[in-house]
Amino acid sequence: MDRREFLHLLGIASVAGMQLPLSVARAEQAAEELYDAAAFGNVSLLHLTDSHAQLRPIYFREPSVNLGVGSMAGRPPHIVGEAFLKQFGIAPNTRLSHAFTYLDFERAAPIYGKVGGFAHIATLIKRLRATRPGALLLDGGDSWQGSGSALWSKGQDMVDAQKLLGVDLMTLHWESTLGADRVKEVADKDFAGRIEIIAQNIKTADFGDPVFKPYVMRTVNGVKVAIIGQAMPYTPIAHPRYFVPDWTFGIQEDNMQKTVDAARAEGAQAVVLLSHNGMDVDLKMASRVRGIDAILGGHTHDGVPTPSVVDNAGGKTIVMNGGSAGKFIGVLDLDVKGGRVADYRYRLLPVFANLLPADAEMEALIARTRTPYESKLGEKLAVSEGLLYRRGNFNGSFDQIILDALMAEKDAEISFSPGFRWGTTVLPGEPITMENLLDQTAITYPYVTVTQMSGSQIKDILEDVCDNLFNADPYHQQGGDMVRVGGMSYSCDPTAKIGSRIGDMSLNGNRIEAGKTYKVAGWAPVSEAARDAGGEPIWELVARHLRTKKTIAAPELNLPRLKNVDGNPGITG
Amino acid sequence: MNPGHQATRRGFLRLTGLLGLATSALALAPRLALAAWNKSAFETKGLADVYKTLGVVSPVASGDVQINASDIAENGAVVPVEAISKIPNTTQISFLIEKNPTTLTAQFDLGPDMLPEISTRVKMAETSNVIALVKADGKFYTASKEIKVTLGGCGG
Amino acid sequence: MGLPMKIRATNKDGVTEIKVLMNHVMETGLRKDASGQLVPALFITEVTAKLNDKVVMQAQWGQAVARNPYLAFKVKGGKSGDKVSISWKDSSGDTRTDEATVS
Repeated sequence: MDRREFLHLLGIASVAGMQLPLSVARAEQAAEELYDAAAFGNVSLLHLTDSHAQLRPIYFREPSVNLGVGSMAGRPPHIVGEAFLKQFGIAPNTRLSHAFTYLDFERAAPIYGKVGGFAHIATLIKRLRATRPGALLLDGGDSWQGSGSALWSKGQDMVDAQKLLGVDLMTLHWESTLGADRVKEVADKDFAGRIEIIAQNIKTADFGDPVFKPYVMRTVNGVKVAIIGQAMPYTPIAHPRYFVPDWTFGIQEDNMQKTVDAARAEGAQAVVLLSHNGMDVDLKMASRVRGIDAILGGHTHDGVPTPSVVDNAGGKTIVMNGGSAGKFIGVLDLDVKGGRVADYRYRLLPVFANLLPADAEMEALIARTRTPYESKLGEKLAVSEGLLYRRGNFNGSFDQIILDALMAEKDAEISFSPGFRWGTTVLPGEPITMENLLDQTAITYPYVTVTQMSGSQIKDILEDVCDNLFNADPYHQQGGDMVRVGGMSYSCDPTAKIGSRIGDMSLNGNRIEAGKTYKVAGWAPVSEAARDAGGEPIWELVARHLRTKKTIAAPELNLPRLKNVDGNPGITG
Repeated sequence: MNPGHQATRRGFLRLTGLLGLATSALALAPRLALAAWNKSAFETKGLADVYKTLGVVSPVASGDVQINASDIAENGAVVPVEAISKIPNTTQISFLIEKNPTTLTAQFDLGPDMLPEISTRVKMAETSNVIALVKADGKFYTASKEIKVTLGGCGG
Repeated sequence: MGLPMKIRATNKDGVTEIKVLMNHVMETGLRKDASGQLVPALFITEVTAKLNDKVVMQAQWGQAVARNPYLAFKVKGGKSGDKVSISWKDSSGDTRTDEATVS
């Protein structure tokens, strides 16, 4: 820990009139309590997922809206705020309540400091490995995308960091948006003999041959453990298909069962799924596929402290989800006896940068990889008066800035911005840097689009995206949040069916008419035609807007009027 | 998603009703020999009328027919579908896409050495039921699965 | 004439699995080109599969079989070295036949 920096932070906190939560000595004690949990059993799996290329510590506000519908209503992970604390037995106004919920974020963030950062994660991994010999480090994917440096280096900064961190296995999602050739290049060159990419559900588009190993068998302390990979099933739908023209994905539940059976037949005493399905899909899969002991999941960015236990025809499967942005490391300790998993312990450890000194070697690597980009990333575009964040089912405040910039710069009546779940948080009074902006926008298809759309087309789009989020069948959910909407107001009934969720669409007090056309600005189009049209990257448009504004007032969120969500613990009362 | 294909249910019924009148006479014609393409069946829209054209009488939904496909199509232009029949003496397997501009998509006549399993890839204009129609001992059996065709984007 | 197909035929436990990728535009006749003109229909209408010169399966297709059609099916019998042949005919009368050896 950098004591001076920490004391400085505490100083700020006390000036602001807040109760000091910790002395330095107590901080070290807090670190011991958090990170020195006794090892258990004979097989340990360390889980990092959805880091979204955040090499440096960041702030990340957890959602205040994470609605579950149908059988998922009110069940983890669809619980927020105070209901979340109650569900998981976490005391309010503590380090843990800050890590796992959005509650009191603006007050608590300066006190507890930034989270994640690969130099701090490296220290934690070393600490955990010291007490858990043979532990495997699993990366659930979404590691090579989400920052300017990852975009510009084509994921190389992250690939190098994964190797230094000692990742053993990984699966894929956004990695594929660097193009199939780039993924294969990393797999065949950088990762050769070090890190194995696994995915039972990526096949060639011609004859359906596997592209990666569906699973690998590792012997840990004499126990044969199979780890199966599951890439994001809807990769070519959620993103442009042209990045992976020769690959197909899908949930592939039948092949999952065959893969589990093959691993068991090969002698696996424990079978673990490293999944990028998203938690609802994992829960459904766990209820239908037999023989998986544990699912270490990601994609939906749910930081869930306690595993969900799911019954199926083969026994029980525990399902976890490991949050995002490098904020958490999951630690799954299995006690394998008599050829089967007899017991387990699981902890989802928040990575507080102030409690874990930076690993020097990783720090040096990160500094080196950032050097060419440092001046560009460091540009201060404007100062934010409010808290800027994205995560949540509907518009976050950083989304609102993007939406407002799109409408202003393109003279559009309506704007759309994708409901990505990644994107770091900026505290009030902080400058918005180019790095912050790229943390929200760094993708390989960033083109701005301006389209004349009819009212009925706008409704179709909102209905379509809303169904990806709120379909009662988890296998129909794709894992993003609702498309962010600027300019236009609407209502949303998450419990309705496709075609009936969106209503009351209006613009400046006038009903949106089905047959009338509206000027709509957006970005991140999936079609080849939109790529070829060559719109400017969204970050250039937003940067231009912010530079002109200099100071950005706390944006007013354009939120839909929600129906039938009363009493749902996935939204604050 | 092509809004042009979003016929309302009422419109759909009216359309098939009209087509029904136009094609009912053809249903009486004997089934053409294999080598000649069954133009009238392939150019008909709507399940009921395709069934009439093919001489399919009261097909039975059967648990012994399976249709396997993704819940959501990765690409509406290339949708993998597989039909498997467990009904003895299966001699024909067809694929029908209820909401496509033409409903009958492919019809496979199986020789005695064939296993009753066919995989192919089809085009879908919009979210629709896809039906596997199996003929065995002169009787018809079906299985149906809805496959969603989505706009894409916004995937987390 | 058309372009060559890719055929893969493998025998396992007395069953020959045949996978075929044809090379064909499969135009529905409903698609418009960039200038707004309808592209005329052109699609495979008939397919015949043979194992060692014996017809095992015949198919009739409509417009909605996907571009570059894929077909997979299984035939009882067959062995390594046997000959598989696949033929198609399209709506313009064009035909093509390709062969492969069972492995």
